[in-house]
Amino acid sequence: MATLSDITRRSSQWITPQIFVFAVFLLSLPLWIRPIGLYQYIGIEIAIWIIFALGFNLLFGYTGLHSFGHGAYLGVGAYAFGLFQLHVGVSLIGGLLAAVFAAALAGAFVACFVSHRRGIYFALMTIAFGQVFWFASIKMHGITGGEDGLLNIPRPDLNLGVYSVSLSGNTALYYLIAVLLIIVTVFTWRAMNSPFGRILQAIRQNETRASFIGYEVWWFKWAAFTLSAMFAGLAGGLFAMAQESAYPDVMSLHQSGLIVMMVLVGGGLVNFWGPILGVILYFIARDVLGSITETWLLWYGLMFVVMVMFKPEGLAGVLAGLSKNSAETLNDLPVKTAEGN
Amino acid sequence: MALFEARNIHKRFGSRVVLENISLSFEEGQVNGIMGPNGAGKTTCFHCLTGHYKPTRGNIIFDGQDITGKPPQRISRMGVSRSFQLMNLFDDSSVIENIILALPDFRRRYAQATRSVFDDRELLEQARVILDQVGLLGQEWLPSLSLSYGNRRALEIGVALAANPRIVFLDEPTSGLGAEATRQLASLINKLRSKYTIVMIEHDMRFLFELADTISVIHWGQVIAQGTPDELQSNKWVQRSALGEVA
Ligand SMILES: Nc1ncnc2c1ncn2[C@@H]1O[C@H](COP(=O)(O)OP(=O)(O)OP(=O)(O)O)[C@@H](O)[C@H]1O
Ligand SMILES: [Mg+2]
Repeated sequence: MATLSDITRRSSQWITPQIFVFAVFLLSLPLWIRPIGLYQYIGIEIAIWIIFALGFNLLFGYTGLHSFGHGAYLGVGAYAFGLFQLHVGVSLIGGLLAAVFAAALAGAFVACFVSHRRGIYFALMTIAFGQVFWFASIKMHGITGGEDGLLNIPRPDLNLGVYSVSLSGNTALYYLIAVLLIIVTVFTWRAMNSPFGRILQAIRQNETRASFIGYEVWWFKWAAFTLSAMFAGLAGGLFAMAQESAYPDVMSLHQSGLIVMMVLVGGGLVNFWGPILGVILYFIARDVLGSITETWLLWYGLMFVVMVMFKPEGLAGVLAGLSKNSAETLNDLPVKTAEGN
Repeated sequence: MALFEARNIHKRFGSRVVLENISLSFEEGQVNGIMGPNGAGKTTCFHCLTGHYKPTRGNIIFDGQDITGKPPQRISRMGVSRSFQLMNLFDDSSVIENIILALPDFRRRYAQATRSVFDDRELLEQARVILDQVGLLGQEWLPSLSLSYGNRRALEIGVALAANPRIVFLDEPTSGLGAEATRQLASLINKLRSKYTIVMIEHDMRFLFELADTISVIHWGQVIAQGTPDELQSNKWVQRSALGEVA
């Protein structure tokens, strides 16, 4: 069976054919999204959630640490972005850096408490911390605006030195996010085939063995948690920008559950592309099923249950079964070296 | 001075005493055997010596340093490796990756997050040298789970060697192996004895007596006999179990 840790033929490339196709898909999306009956803003949502999902899967799928409270870091990023625009200055780079930095800080702090835990204790603690952040966002009126959140967060321009690009239109904003997403995709792909990433995967497979060959397991867990919180923070910052607001719901348990569901349905436990498929499927389902019935979430939930029961490898697993090509890994080939000679 | 020394190790689980005043010492370059009946405490002793358990009392000295109570990863990095009685590999990973993960040169690259592991010829070469030693060359890219039982045992030993240790603890390396695989393992250990200090728990007495420089017998959590294979031939317990186990 395919696993996340299979060595694919092009593990050592920066731009694999799949990444290239994905980039083309993303960059061409504004050209065909309306003709197929959707709208530009859904592209923004999808791209933001994919950033969130890819970072989340570093922790959830690759390291095998099941966080159920990651919405918190999405929210921390959103608030940090908003607070920066409202109190420090209107700046795209400043806001996004603030979002990433704040989420990293929050993630690193929580990771100190959870990275010595395993299994259900780990999961419960991530939920508990997630609730703490959510509660704080409601109660700290003076800073967060309480239940209403931060409103009228400006969308700063993209400043390219000589001239600046306005991001007030959704298409322009989409392109910015798509480019960031491509960078995130390339980075996560490389990271999971790098020494750091392979060690995370070793820890998922056998924590005891990993420590007996010399690894400080808790440090790697801490680093994976913090890193995934940073991606969540970036996604949160972009979300605040897209929504022009930040509010407690962004970091609710609901969001934390949603990302888990997307990653699982997509097949994040067995395939790098799983989280991406899962996010796209969710948003398509929301809009297509949602236009048919008010109870679309029920149907989506049922699909989730069926998936978990009968096809735990998720959508990526289904697709891999259909096309032999994408399931092709070095492990399936007789004896073949990875050096590509 | 001995390379590795355990002094008066006690280990209790609740009120249950599993190890009582175990003292062992392993000289550099020797093959040391440990034998004893099921449930005697041999594996527990290995767990204490390699940091998996903290002994209730006693001291463990490696290369002149007190390592008592240090976590396994610290002890491992100092040059103490081990294999496990029950298979303990990275099952989703290929054979070669199991080895690469244990290489100190790989471990030092732990913070590299964008460089691919699999185009690093130097690491691949180092891993191949280890795989050659344990007879797994040619199977590098197979999933470790697809190997035969004997080859998985060999991979276990390979992972322990890849860490470039000074002393290697092997917990029943022949268990479950057929006659041919046991012979291969014996010749492997003969090859390794010039490079590593080896400590192995073994039930196969012929195997042990042929290879070991010293043997300790553990029974009821205590060392009841110690000596060279020749000295132990005359030991009552050894004779009795030898009658049962060696034709
Ligand atoms: N964590 C533990 N808690 C309680 N008792 C334990 C624990 N680990 C081991 N024991 C007990 O200690 C005794 C020694 O076990 P150990 O595994 O060390 O034996 P062994 O000599 O390796 O036996 P074998 O030859 O079967 O591998 C056993 O009776 C076992 O039940
Ligand atoms: Mg044992």
